This record gives sequence, structure tokens and C-alpha cells, in this order.
Amino acid sequence: MQDRSAKRHEGARVPAPSIDRGPRLSNRARERIAGYLFVAPDAIGLMIFVGGPMILSLSLGFFSVSGFGDYTFVGLDNYRRMARDPLFWRSLQVTILYVAALVPLLYVVGLGLALLVQANSRFNTVVRTLLFMPQTVSLVVVGLVWQVLLIDKIGLFNQLGSAFGFESISWLGDPRFALATVIAISVWFLMGFYMLIFLGGLQDIPREYYEAARIDGAGPVQSFFKITLPLLSPTSFFVLLVSTVTAVCGSQTFDLVYIMTKGGPANSTSLAIFYIYQQAFLFNEYGYAAAMASVLVVVLMAITVLMFLLTRGGRFTYG
Amino acid sequence: MLQPVQLALYLAGVILAFMAIAPLFWMVSMSLKPSNEVFATNLIPRRPTLDSFVYVFTQVDFARYLWNTFFVSAMVTIVALVLHSMAGYALARLRFPGRDAIFLAMFATFLISQPVIIVPLFILARALHLLDSYAGLIVPSIFNAFGIFLLRQFYLAVPRELEEAALIDGAGYFRIWWAIILPLSRPILSALAILFFLANWNSFLWPLTITSNQDLWMVQVAIASFRQQYNGSWNYVMAASTVVALPTIVMFVIFQKRIIESIKTTGIK
Repeated sequence: MQDRSAKRHEGARVPAPSIDRGPRLSNRARERIAGYLFVAPDAIGLMIFVGGPMILSLSLGFFSVSGFGDYTFVGLDNYRRMARDPLFWRSLQVTILYVAALVPLLYVVGLGLALLVQANSRFNTVVRTLLFMPQTVSLVVVGLVWQVLLIDKIGLFNQLGSAFGFESISWLGDPRFALATVIAISVWFLMGFYMLIFLGGLQDIPREYYEAARIDGAGPVQSFFKITLPLLSPTSFFVLLVSTVTAVCGSQTFDLVYIMTKGGPANSTSLAIFYIYQQAFLFNEYGYAAAMASVLVVVLMAITVLMFLLTRGGRFTYG
Repeated sequence: MLQPVQLALYLAGVILAFMAIAPLFWMVSMSLKPSNEVFATNLIPRRPTLDSFVYVFTQVDFARYLWNTFFVSAMVTIVALVLHSMAGYALARLRFPGRDAIFLAMFATFLISQPVIIVPLFILARALHLLDSYAGLIVPSIFNAFGIFLLRQFYLAVPRELEEAALIDGAGYFRIWWAIILPLSRPILSALAILFFLANWNSFLWPLTITSNQDLWMVQVAIASFRQQYNGSWNYVMAASTVVALPTIVMFVIFQKRIIESIKTTGIK
């Protein structure tokens, strides 16, 4: 689809703007030419820098790529190697754990925060702003700040903990805790965004529904399950889709891991995105890395399709 | 008089808001502490000093990294807004064969984030000789379906009468876009400008992958390597982090209303 559209643009890539091209061009033709000219730069750019790599990632996996850029066709070798690579399986396992924890957490925390600050008041506006603030800071800074807060013994968390009689915990250095810590920091960083998306959804629910329910004697819990959740279903679908994609391959999956743990300890935070990066840019295994990335691309597509089917095109129903 | 339930809600709001921003306060606090006080548990430094900031700007070429980052982010933002506005306008308003197919194809890239395609993107950039260049930092970051999508939504809601009058007066489409559509889209363009600028200022993976020449470093790459270089000197690392984070925090506080509104309307309705 992308190929075809691009060829059309190239044909229309003439420097002349659409202003007054003489009487021979009909209005219809002028509109068409203008349309192609306006879309062309973005369409071509997207095709080269997003579409191209997408297609490349599906084909590159069949090659062995040397550091100097020599390509050798190796068939399914990279994919066979994946099946035998315990670290690849480990990174998949870590990724699945990360997604399975992060997606529900973001849903619950995002919706919870939105419900808490939904009423319009000056107090709530300030709280909303503050809750969103972590999002504006770069993930590199977030990683550095949390790292220093969580340092063994002398970090703020462990000092406060020891004041209450807890033993010092190596939050990022102990394989039992490192992934949970990365998940918690991810939630802290991302929650403001999902709160805002839920606030947008809550705003669209007519007040009258709640008043009618109250007159009928429904409590807050009942109206939450009977009104809020069902009417929020398009927003829920959007949130689940976006948070799943973010959990698999959002920039925090790389930035936080790179800054705080480098995938360790004992590969316990080796998310797939990070492992792929390591293979490509530390070990120059571009072909192998691309093969693993192609699996991710396919998994992402499958998630999208599956979610669409499960929700019958985005329509959630509760109870 | 406050009801107990209301009081509990206020309290929850205060505590959660505090949890959200406390680490950032801590960062600023550590950056102002002398090295022997860094890990003391007091939030307000006993002997505040700007030494760490002086160190960051004199011992490292931090000003250069800040300029690089500003330049790249501004270029990406400006070019992206112009291109996305043109594309969004055409996709919303102009009739031409294949328009819907083009829109669908663009939309299909919506879910693909940069980390997933980083390996082929790097190989492509290497083939195009974009490694270690400003062009390499700027060009691949311009194109994203999100901006086109939002602008198209916006233009679908703009009343047609304005353009029709201009068309009758003999104005070309480029003039209509420039003189009518662009001024109309000021609110959404300014919201997108902030979001794009923030995203590029904060981006790490792509600059890390494509630059090895230190003169081209962006700030995020700089502080990441700074931390490795000054392992243990957390007051320097936190000072550098504060310098990097402060512009985005200030920008957010100034434009928070616009940013928050634009994100709230992103969800499917």
C-alpha cells in the first residue's frame, strides 16, 4: 500500500506550486495536484524512515551483517539461533512479566487518579499538573534520579527504611527486586499520561446519568460499575492498546534499563528491546538483532489484531 | 466544614502529588549540596553551593550539548509542524485519488515506535551517510503519524466556507493553506510544538545510536556518559540532570493548560 502511494507522489513532485497554472487546468485537476504536493513530503518521509525500516526489519533477519556493512544471506540461521539462545528466551520472559504487570497497573492507577481529581477545582488542577510532571522529565534523568535514591545503604530510601528498622535492600542490584523496581518507576513516570486520557473519557460521560442513578438509589460503587466503566469502554480500549505497546517497546523499556541496570542483575531486567540493542550495537550482530526485532513487530501486530477481535472493534462490555 | 470523605480525598491528592514530584525536588537538592553532604537526608541543603553547576559548565562542554539539543529539537519541531500541517490539511480537505489509502498507510505506522525499528533505521542511516551529522539527528525524527493524525482531525472540523470564499477569489491551495488554514490552527500547532520539542529534547536512544562524535552529543547522551565518567560524584550528575530537566519543567509549567488539554483529547471518542 505504501509503495503504491509513494510512486504516485513521485510523479507529482514538480516544483510549481498550485497557484494559477493557467486556464487549461480544471479546478478538479488543481485540487488533485495540490493534494499530492501537500501530502508528498510527509508520505515519502514516513515511507523512508518508518515504512522502510519496518520492511527492512522483516527481511534483514535472513542476513548476517558484518560491522562494515557486508550482507550474507543465511536463511533461517538467525531464527534457529534465537530458539537456542537462552538469553533471548530470558528476555522474552522478562518482557512478558513486565507487560503483564505494567498494563493492569497503569489502567488501575490511571483510572484511580483520574477519578480522584476529576472534579474541577483549583486544588485538583494543581494536583493534576503535579501528577503529570514526571512525564516532562527525560527518562535518562528519571533513571539517574531513581538510581541515586535507591542506592544501597546510603540512598534516601534505604536510609529512611533503616530509620524504621528495615534492612537495606539493593532495589536495583538484587535479581529478586530489580524488575519490580523498574516496573514501579515506569508506573511513576507514565501514570500522569494515562490519568489525562481517562480524564478526557470521564468528561464525556453526561452528568445526568449519575443524577438519574442517584435518584434511583444507586451508590457510588454501583454507578461506577453500571455507568462509568461501560461508558468509558472506548477510552479503556485506547488505554489498554497504547499501554501494551508502550510496555513492549516504549522508550522507557530502553532508557531506564540502559541507565539503571544494563539488563542485570542476572539478566532479570533484560527487556527484549534492550537485548536487541545489545546484540546490535555492542556485539555488532545486526542480522540477529533484526531477526529478534521482527518477532516483536509480528507480536505487536498480533496484539493489535487480537485486541480488536476480543473487544469487537473496541466495544468493551462489563457485567 | 469539611466532610471526612472529602478530607480523605484532599489528603490522598496531596500525598500522591508529593510522591510524583518528591524525586525531582531531591534531584535539585542534591545538586546544591557539597559532595560530603550529598547523601544526608535533609531536603534543604545545610550549606548550599553552586559548585556542582560551575563544574558541569567549566569541566565539560555542557553548553555545547545544550545548544545541539536546542538546535535539533527546534529544527525537528518547525519542519514537522509545517509538513504535518500541509499533509493533515490535504488529507482532511482536498479530494484526490488514493487519499484514503495514503491515510491508512500512514496510520499503520502509528504503533511502531523507534526502539522496535532501531536496528534497520541505523543501517538505513548508515547507508544514507547520516551517521554523526545534524541531518542524521534531525531528519528521521521529523516523521510521525501522530501529528498528522491530530492535525487531520482538527482540519476536519474547520468550517469550509472560509476556503470556498478564497477559492472563488482565485486563491491557490498553497495560499489558502498559508493565509487561512495556518493562522486558524495556531492553538493546535502551539500544543504540538511543545509536545514535539519536549519529545526531542528528551530523546536518548536515537542520538545515542547515531552519534559517536562528542561535538554532536545531545544532552541526554551527555549526562548518561557523564554518570559513567563521574561514578559516585552524584552531586555533579544531579547538577547536570537539573540543568537538563529544568527547561522542560519550566516549559511544562508555563504551557501546562494547553498540554493537558491536548493530551486529554487524544483518546478515542
